[in-house]
Amino acid sequence: MVLIDFFSAVGDVLSSESTYINGALFAALLAFAATGEWVAERSGTLNISVEGMLLSGAFAGALGYHLADSVAVGLMLGAVGGLIIAVVQAEMSHRLTADQFVVGLTLNILVVGLTGFLDREIDPRADYASEVEIPILVDIPLFGQALFGEPWPFYLLYGLVPLSWWLVYRTRWGLELRAAGENPQSADVSGIDVNRRRRQSIYYAGLTSGLGGAYFLFARLATFDDSVIGGQGFIAIAAVIFGGWTLWGTMGGCVLFAGALSFQLSLQGLGYELNTELLQALPYLVTIGAMAIFARRVRPPAALAQPFIRGLK
Amino acid sequence: MTRGVRAAEWVVLYALSIVVALAISSVIVEATGGDWWPVLEALVDGSIKAPGRWGETLGVAAPLLLVALGTVISAKAGLINIGQEGQLLMGAAFAVYFSFRIGGPGPLNVVLLLLFGALGGAVWASAAGLLRYWRGVPEVLSTLLLVFVAIQAVGYGLKWQWLLLADEASRGNRNLVSEQLAKNNRIPRPDIFGNEFPVTVYVALALALAVAYVLARTVWGFRLRMLGHNPRAAQRSGVSSTVYGATALAIGGAFAGLAGAAMFAGGGFSFGNYRLVPGFSDNIGWTGLLVALMARERALPAVVAAFVFAMLRTGAGFVNSTGVESRITDVVQGLLVLALLVPPAVVFLRDRRRARAAATERV
Repeated sequence: MVLIDFFSAVGDVLSSESTYINGALFAALLAFAATGEWVAERSGTLNISVEGMLLSGAFAGALGYHLADSVAVGLMLGAVGGLIIAVVQAEMSHRLTADQFVVGLTLNILVVGLTGFLDREIDPRADYASEVEIPILVDIPLFGQALFGEPWPFYLLYGLVPLSWWLVYRTRWGLELRAAGENPQSADVSGIDVNRRRRQSIYYAGLTSGLGGAYFLFARLATFDDSVIGGQGFIAIAAVIFGGWTLWGTMGGCVLFAGALSFQLSLQGLGYELNTELLQALPYLVTIGAMAIFARRVRPPAALAQPFIRGLK
Repeated sequence: MTRGVRAAEWVVLYALSIVVALAISSVIVEATGGDWWPVLEALVDGSIKAPGRWGETLGVAAPLLLVALGTVISAKAGLINIGQEGQLLMGAAFAVYFSFRIGGPGPLNVVLLLLFGALGGAVWASAAGLLRYWRGVPEVLSTLLLVFVAIQAVGYGLKWQWLLLADEASRGNRNLVSEQLAKNNRIPRPDIFGNEFPVTVYVALALALAVAYVLARTVWGFRLRMLGHNPRAAQRSGVSSTVYGATALAIGGAFAGLAGAAMFAGGGFSFGNYRLVPGFSDNIGWTGLLVALMARERALPAVVAAFVFAMLRTGAGFVNSTGVESRITDVVQGLLVLALLVPPAVVFLRDRRRARAAATERV
C-alpha cells in the first residue's frame, strides 16, 4: 500500500509542471556556469574557481540591483563580478604560472569570505526578475512553462550556448583555444600564445558564470546569502566531465543533475523523503560512473590541468 | 649573483607581497567602517600571543601537515590528488566506526583508531587509483568528485545507529553526531608552558622528517621521483607506473585519513570535541592541499607553511571581539595565500628568461 502511494506520488511529481519549472531553473544556473567551464577546459585549464565566480556574480548582481534598481544592471554587474575572479585566476595561474588549484581553491574561500563580509556590511536588497512568456510555445503541456515561461534572464541561455559552440568550433580563436588544450607545445610552435588563449577562456568562464550567479539571484532568491551557490559550481564541473567535453553532453549533464534535484524537492513537498544523501551524491557518482565506462572512448583535452611553460617538457 | 643577494631578494619580495595583501585587507575593512589595526592585533593574539594559543595553533597545524605530507608523496609521483578533504573525512569516519563499533577500551585503541583512519583515507584514495589504472580516468577529476561523494556518504552514516550515529542516551537531543570518544581513548595532550596540544604534533613532525628522507635518500623515493619526472624513462627502467602510482595515491590518502583520525581523537580547536559531526572536516583537507602546494611539494617547507595556515585559522577566532565581522579573516587568508604565490613565480619566470637569453647568446 505504501509502495503504491509512493509510486502515485512519483507520478504526480512527474506530471506536475512545477517539477519541470524548478528543474529548468536549476539547469539554467548549471548551464550558465558549465558553458563557460567547458570553454575553459577545452583550452586545457581545469578552472575550479567556477564556484567562486558564481557566488561573486550573485553578489555583484544583488549589488547592481541595489544601486540601480534594475535587473539588467544587476546582470551586467554580475558578469563583471565573475570576470574579476576570472582575471585573478587567469593572471595568477596562466601568466605568473602559480598552481591553478591553489589559486582556484583560494579564490573559492576568498569569495565566500568577501561576499559574506560585504553582505553583512552593505546588505544589498534585490528582487525577482519579471517573467516573460513566449506565446504559443508556452502552452506546450508539461515543458512549455519550464522552457518558455521563465524570468527573462533565462532566455540569454538560448543565445549563449549556441554562441559558445560557434566560438569554439567555428572561429579561428576557438581552433587555437582547442589546440592549446590538446597539444600546447605544437600550438606554441605554430605561433599561438597558449597561455593567452587559456587566460581568455577563463575570462569567458568568468563572464558566463557571473551571469549565471546573477541569474540565479534574480530568478529564485531575490536576497543574497553566502551559501546560495552551495556547491553548484562543482556540479557544473561534473557536468562538463559527464558530457565528455562536448557542449551538448555538458548541457545533458546539467539537465540530468538539475532534474534529479528538482525531482527530489518535489517529492519532499509531497511528504516523501528519499535518500537525500544518495541524491546529492548522484551527480558525482553518475559522472564517475560515466567516466569509468567511457574513459577509453571519451577523453579529456590532452593537456587538461597541465600548466604550459615554454621550453619545459 | 651571490647567495646573499639572492636571499635578500627573496626576503624583500615576500615582505613586499605580504604588505600588499595586508594593505588590501585594511582597505576593505576601513572602507566598510571598521578599524584595521585591532583586527591585526587580534590575529596575532589569537594565534600566538594570548595564553594557550600557540598550543592551539600547533594542534591545528598537525593535521594540516599530515595532509600536506600525503600530498607531497603523490605529487612526487606525478599525480595530482586534490581530494584530501574527502579522504580526511573518510579517515575520520573509519576511526569513529572502529572506536564505537569494533574496538574496546584501552590505550592500544588509540593507535588502532589512528591506523583505521589511515586505512579509510587510503581506501578512498585507492578508489581514484583503481579508476585511473584500470579505467584510465584522470585522478585529478576522480579525486575531486569523490570529495563530494565522501561528504554525502559520511552524512548518510551519521543518520544510522549501526554506522556512525550515537545512541539516544549519549547524543541527547542532538542529531547527526557520533558518540563522544571515551577519555582513556583520546590522544594525550600534555601541558607545556601553559599550552596544550595533542602528541600527534610530534608524530606529524617525525613523519615530515621521514617523508623528506624517504623521498630524497631511498630507492623507493628515487623511483617515485623518476616516475614523476619522466614516466616513460621510469617505465623503461622497470618502475611500474601502476604499482608505484597506485601506492603513492594510497599513501597520500592514508596521510589524509590519519589527519582525520587525529583530529577526531586529538580534540582542540573546533574539531567536533571528540565527536564526528556534520562539517567535521572543516576545510582542513583543502587547506592541507594548499599547504603542500605552497611548499612546492617539499616535505620540510610544508612544516612552516602548515604553521602559517594554522595561525590564520586560530587567529580568526579572536577577530570577532574587535567588532569587525570575522569573515574578514577568510579574506585576509585568501589574499595572503595569493600574495605568497607571487615571489616564487616572479623569481622562476625571471630565472627562466635569463637562462633562455643566455642559451640564445651561446648559439
